[in-house]
Amino acid sequence: MIASKRSPLVLFVHLSVLLLVILWTIPTAGLLISSLRDKDQLAVSGWWTALSTSSQNLTVRAPGPEAQQQRDGKFVISGNALDNPGAKVSAFGFRTQEPAAFEPGQTATLNDGERLTVQEDGTYEIVSDVAMEGSRGQRIFVQAAVPSRFTFDNYREVLNAEGIGASFINSLTVSIPSTIIPILVAAFAAYALAWMPFPGRTVLIAIVVGLLVVPLQMSLIPLLKLYNGVGAFLGVPAKTYVGIWLAHMGFGLPLAIYLLRNYMAGLPREIMESARVDGASDFDIFVKIILPLSFPALASFAIFQFLWTWNDLLVAMVFLGTGNNELVLTGRLVNLLGSRGGNWEILTASAFITIIIPLLVFFSLQRYLVRGLLAGSVKGG
Amino acid sequence: MQQLLMAVVTMVAGVLACAAYFYGTNLILDLIFPSKGRSGAKASRNLRISNAIRPWLFLFPALFAMTIYLIYPVISSVWLSFHDKAGQNFVGGANYVWMINDGEFRQSIFNNFLWLLVVPALATFFGLIIAALTDRIWWGNIAKTLIFMPMAISFVGASVIWKFIYDYRAAGTEQIGLLNAIVTSLGFEPQAWVTIPLWNNFFLMAILVWIQTGFAMVILSAALRGIPEETVEAAVIDGANGFQIFFKIMIPQIWGTIAVVWTTITILVLKVFDIVLAMTNGQWQTQVLANLMFDWMFRGGGDFGRGAAIAVVIMLLVVPIMIWNIRNAAKEMKGH
Repeated sequence: MIASKRSPLVLFVHLSVLLLVILWTIPTAGLLISSLRDKDQLAVSGWWTALSTSSQNLTVRAPGPEAQQQRDGKFVISGNALDNPGAKVSAFGFRTQEPAAFEPGQTATLNDGERLTVQEDGTYEIVSDVAMEGSRGQRIFVQAAVPSRFTFDNYREVLNAEGIGASFINSLTVSIPSTIIPILVAAFAAYALAWMPFPGRTVLIAIVVGLLVVPLQMSLIPLLKLYNGVGAFLGVPAKTYVGIWLAHMGFGLPLAIYLLRNYMAGLPREIMESARVDGASDFDIFVKIILPLSFPALASFAIFQFLWTWNDLLVAMVFLGTGNNELVLTGRLVNLLGSRGGNWEILTASAFITIIIPLLVFFSLQRYLVRGLLAGSVKGG
Repeated sequence: MQQLLMAVVTMVAGVLACAAYFYGTNLILDLIFPSKGRSGAKASRNLRISNAIRPWLFLFPALFAMTIYLIYPVISSVWLSFHDKAGQNFVGGANYVWMINDGEFRQSIFNNFLWLLVVPALATFFGLIIAALTDRIWWGNIAKTLIFMPMAISFVGASVIWKFIYDYRAAGTEQIGLLNAIVTSLGFEPQAWVTIPLWNNFFLMAILVWIQTGFAMVILSAALRGIPEETVEAAVIDGANGFQIFFKIMIPQIWGTIAVVWTTITILVLKVFDIVLAMTNGQWQTQVLANLMFDWMFRGGGDFGRGAAIAVVIMLLVVPIMIWNIRNAAKEMKGH
């Protein structure tokens, strides 16, 4: 632009873009940071405080009188109130009403004449001149400054205990064949629609464009009935991987054909004509010339289809079972939202595992994705 | 692991089967109607016949799959919508009459129209603004990548992300949801955002806007770059300021693209399902058509008639855009 770099308008542009970028990235950042935090800290403080030490109120119960030891004629019970090595005691107390009445290092005289001292590092001592009696240990209230702790524990837990690991495999099982199989089918059809003259071609293209926007909801019930019928007829379960692969292929074909046809129609006519003059058949032209040249469009579609099948919830819910070896990541996540609604350490870690593969695909292949988007939207005007 | 192996084997088998089909049918066609090494008249006749058949061989698998998975279901859904819950007995318009009198359906229609008004407008607006702004700064591409990123995230994943932002803790305790933390730090009471009727719809819409803005931005950014330099230069010479150039010179030239972005997001909005299911499952008056339809597919053992009727309503809402798309595509093909 012609405007000088120092003009306030340019500064304004920088600032507003910065603001928008922050607004758009903060949700994901919050999820990632939270998923790496210690689950006790995650439950009581916002993720934006993750780098500062947090204050926690703990209640510990000292061991009962049976643990007392005699030392210099006095009876002593000792222990450590903190289980976190980096934490520091900022105050302590022995009454519920005054849980932070004393500074670390001070000595508090308990009701029965015993003396309680809690050091900054959490070690405590209860000292008594006479042998202590009773069955229960003394309650100690500790206010501790706990440094932030980052851990992969949440990930370990969801991968094993919550079945996210199994679902990860299931999602891959759904999306890999669903992405690859339609490509060849669509490519042949797209070539026919782009370069082979035959009656009805325009109508077929119009149908493909129309099918692009048919809502999935229209297909669900009839296909469910169809699958149930076929399953009963063949004596196999109605909900299988084969069923969902075919369903994803069917739903993905209009976009695949549309994208590839647009791309192929844009290839120079001369290439095909000179090949035809040399005696090549349509089949040869397609396999040897068009298919290699169409690689960018094939890649665009593959990325779309992969993201769509990986992120899909609806088709999987209807056409795939809910067993441990069939439930996909999105379905598992919805279940966790219901059953573990408040356990954010589980939800954030699970959610991050479900989005990590699409994000990797996105960042490494963004170029093709953008190209596909630009070709895929029906051009107007 | 075993099933992953099965998936890879299926994939290879599927691709090989497709390749074998195309190769095999092509070979057979050439055997039946050979054109090489025949005399002139016969060769040209065979060539004509095989050229008439070959496109259909190429098209057959795709047409077959699309017929089974898209065309047949559309017809069947319409048919089912006039039948009872098992799809056996004809009930006329009973499902549609039920629908009009059903409070939940009217709620869904109302919410869907709210979504239709808000989401495409906001996503397109933000997309346009960001596209225009990022074109002027050196780190524009980084900014675009970051704003585009939510596109890759599943609706369910996005719902978890935002549910965390909307998380609510009782007043007085420390808020771990970002929105309530901001609200309380400003001195207001924390709110359980997704349970406040009417407004909760907007909190759900924010998720879709967050996802779709990147899409609008990418398309509109390309359109803005496609604007001929001369038109902008002429305006600059005529003394137009930045805003005038943007609104009076650039926007009018990309109306077509804006319409495309708008309609594409509109169609997505009509089918919005995952977000509502994950966030509220239609509670607190957030029901939408797609979720209601899914509900009726399985509710009470599944009512296929009502489910199909709701699906038909969604389809009817899509039809105007479908026709517009087909017209545009036809116009474009004539241009070629």
